[in-house]
Amino acid sequence: MTKPTKPAPGTEAAKAAEAAEGAEAPENVVPPIPATSPAAPVEQSTAVAAQVAATATTEETVAANPLRDPRDKRLPRVAGPCVLVLFGVTGDLAKRKLLPAIYDLGNRGLLPPGFSLVGFARRDWAHEDFAQVTYEAVKENARTPFREEVWKQIREGIHFCPGEFNDDGAFDVLSMMLKEIDETRGTGGNYAFYLSVPPKFFPTVIEQLKRTGLAKAPEGSWRRVVIEKPFGHDLKSARELNAITNAVFPEESVFRIDHYLGKETVQNILALRFANTLYEPIWNRGYVDHIQITMAEDIGIGGRAGYYDGIGAARDVIQNHLLQLLALVAMEDPISFDADALRREKEKVLRAVQLPADLSTGTARGQYTAGWQGGEPVKGYLEEDGIPPDSITETYAAIKLEVANRRWAGVPFYLRTGKRLSRRMTEVAVVFQRAPHLPFSKDDTEILGQNALVIRVQPDEGITVRFGSKVPGTAMEVRDVNMDFAYGESFMESSPEAYERLLLDVLIGDPPLFPHQREVELSWMILDPIEEFWASHGKPEGYPAGTWGPASADAMLARDGRAWRRL
Amino acid sequence: MTSFNLTGTTASKISSTLTRLRHQMGAPAIGMVLTLVAVVDEAGQYDAVRAATEAAREHPSRILVVINRDPAEPNRLDAEIRVGESAPGEVVLLRLYGDLTEHADSVISPLLLTDTPVVVWWPGECPKVPAKDPIGQLAGRRITDARSAGDPVAAITGRAEGYVPGDTDLAWTRLTPWRSLLAAALDQPIGKVAEGVVEAARGNPSGPLLAAWLSDRLNAPIQVSESSGPGLTAVRLTVAGGEELKVNRSDARLATLSKPGQPDRRVALARRPTSELLAEELRRLDPDEVYASTIHRLAKKPRS
Repeated sequence: MTKPTKPAPGTEAAKAAEAAEGAEAPENVVPPIPATSPAAPVEQSTAVAAQVAATATTEETVAANPLRDPRDKRLPRVAGPCVLVLFGVTGDLAKRKLLPAIYDLGNRGLLPPGFSLVGFARRDWAHEDFAQVTYEAVKENARTPFREEVWKQIREGIHFCPGEFNDDGAFDVLSMMLKEIDETRGTGGNYAFYLSVPPKFFPTVIEQLKRTGLAKAPEGSWRRVVIEKPFGHDLKSARELNAITNAVFPEESVFRIDHYLGKETVQNILALRFANTLYEPIWNRGYVDHIQITMAEDIGIGGRAGYYDGIGAARDVIQNHLLQLLALVAMEDPISFDADALRREKEKVLRAVQLPADLSTGTARGQYTAGWQGGEPVKGYLEEDGIPPDSITETYAAIKLEVANRRWAGVPFYLRTGKRLSRRMTEVAVVFQRAPHLPFSKDDTEILGQNALVIRVQPDEGITVRFGSKVPGTAMEVRDVNMDFAYGESFMESSPEAYERLLLDVLIGDPPLFPHQREVELSWMILDPIEEFWASHGKPEGYPAGTWGPASADAMLARDGRAWRRL
Repeated sequence: MTSFNLTGTTASKISSTLTRLRHQMGAPAIGMVLTLVAVVDEAGQYDAVRAATEAAREHPSRILVVINRDPAEPNRLDAEIRVGESAPGEVVLLRLYGDLTEHADSVISPLLLTDTPVVVWWPGECPKVPAKDPIGQLAGRRITDARSAGDPVAAITGRAEGYVPGDTDLAWTRLTPWRSLLAAALDQPIGKVAEGVVEAARGNPSGPLLAAWLSDRLNAPIQVSESSGPGLTAVRLTVAGGEELKVNRSDARLATLSKPGQPDRRVALARRPTSELLAEELRRLDPDEVYASTIHRLAKKPRS
């Protein structure tokens, strides 16, 4: 086992890191049996496309069900009968994403007959009221057109359980309700508990599920728990959170949702890299100069002041989304696309990540000040409601990382994220080295930049390749041009929402797109030393809203003779 | 949308007009993924174009519509080109007169997109062996529709005869939701199926096809019985013990699934418009082996 990223020896983090390795050792000795074992070795070569398309039917299911046939690619993966229990149905996420996603799954025929949805919240609602809330959420936010018959199917399975999380009675009612649903809807004791609630309620809810015996699956059925980010705010809290869930649910029943990983383009990174021959030969230090991973937001913190202050951009975005993107871009090819193989490769990369030797020059942070954003005057971070005027929380973070392995040694990975930047854009840019020799005169290629391959995650998902081309005319002048593949152009309207894919994977029990606890901990090991450094080194630098971040971030790249891509 | 009419034209003129229109619109290199050729008569043209354009929203395509006109007239090729924001790809309606009706492939062939899949669709009448048809030969995927034949059941039963990998029929596509539901219902084993019945409206080609698929997979006799429709109305599978798994759909939208020892459940099972069927066909362009073994079963022929 390779050592994880090394914080300075003797620090708390280093001890914690070692403890982590010790704790995980038994799990690594006996790897968990993959949920879907590859059907045949021959199929592994074609596995990329097949698994990305995710319609693989394994040999075992064929034996059990004669109507299933691996060659029958029209039949979709449908979850077995089950109940989804949603905690926090009154939240924004439920209304905007989760409830519509359930409808969309139903509309695509991917929900099993008898599928039931139970809402749990502190509201004095009857089943009908919750159904009405769901109806409105679906009408407003569903991706697919509204169809009466689909709604009828879903409507029949909608239940509501009123109560508070610390109310034993309410959970006893929930337990009874689920038993009843098993009888009336034939859901066979399969429950998924979706905790769309602030992390501080996790212990209470999970304890309640344990007390009522709902967490324990009887023979032949399953119980799963779904938790949303943040997975803690540092290594220690991530471990505590994990200890709470793992005391009740085994690791393979815990699904950590990072909705970025459900996005089509993110999955497409794997297809791009491992289903093609074009890119892999140059995907290394021999050709790549550096990699920039950006998630820029134009919005401020909005109503999230209570959560955001004290957390900041790095914990909010870099720890999960950007490091996961880094892992997908930098990892070696997995031997198959099952959860175990994929996570193993991602972990290897995360373990190989090295922090810059000098954190003061290898990182940058900022805090937006009042300014103009897209034609509107906006407040500075410190003037936002609910933010203390002396807050040192960063709203912009940029870090430089290296991946210490044979493929990437010496290639810097620049990660940046920020709020109130000039536009919303998430992308991964692989910037290639300049041609070793240019047979043109210096003047001809003056405006020629570096070749780049850009994976746009949002908005307008797609891939852009930038290369030099001759400018029309008699002179031999070479200039950069872009070749663009828009995902939505070649496969229009078929891209499902990330939550649809992830919910379906939860109900089917297919975990490759969910980060494992080890990945969560490794990410915190990368970030914790930076957070510690920042906490003890003054305040973030201000940057006017609507610009591209603080000057120190530009200086960080300028020192390496590079510049951020202008997005 | 820009519409452009060319009379007495040639394939190369059409091709250059397409390029010019694209450039004018400022989008010369749109990401079209396939060429869809629809061979249809004038009466079926409107519906075919409509369905194809809607399917093209999911799979941006160049849509070539071949309409054979009077073979007695002098040879002539008329083209109507539609390019625009409402249609994601390009639509070209080709009207063929005179002897040219016998040589449609000479017009189609230069208009195919380079190095991308070609799909031919016969919404109405189709050749006996689609793969031997001059236009069918250009395609990797050939879609027929037994429902539009004079005798739909005979048409689907005869498909095995001219089958070449890459053929499929919309009567089969219409079954996907039914097959998906039945497969999901059998994910929890109910035991060996002894016999079964598929109920469908008179003359519905999907009924016998579903029965053939079920008997092929379950290795049990499956009868087809007539109902008042619309379309497929029920599937009943009887297990050795005499218990029954039943899917009932009387209103062409919502079905009821009844399983031994379990409560009845309602499931959305709506009939789908042609555009959705076509979009499903275009999603996978490899030969449908399950369709092949099903039509061979239907034709009572051992699998080849």
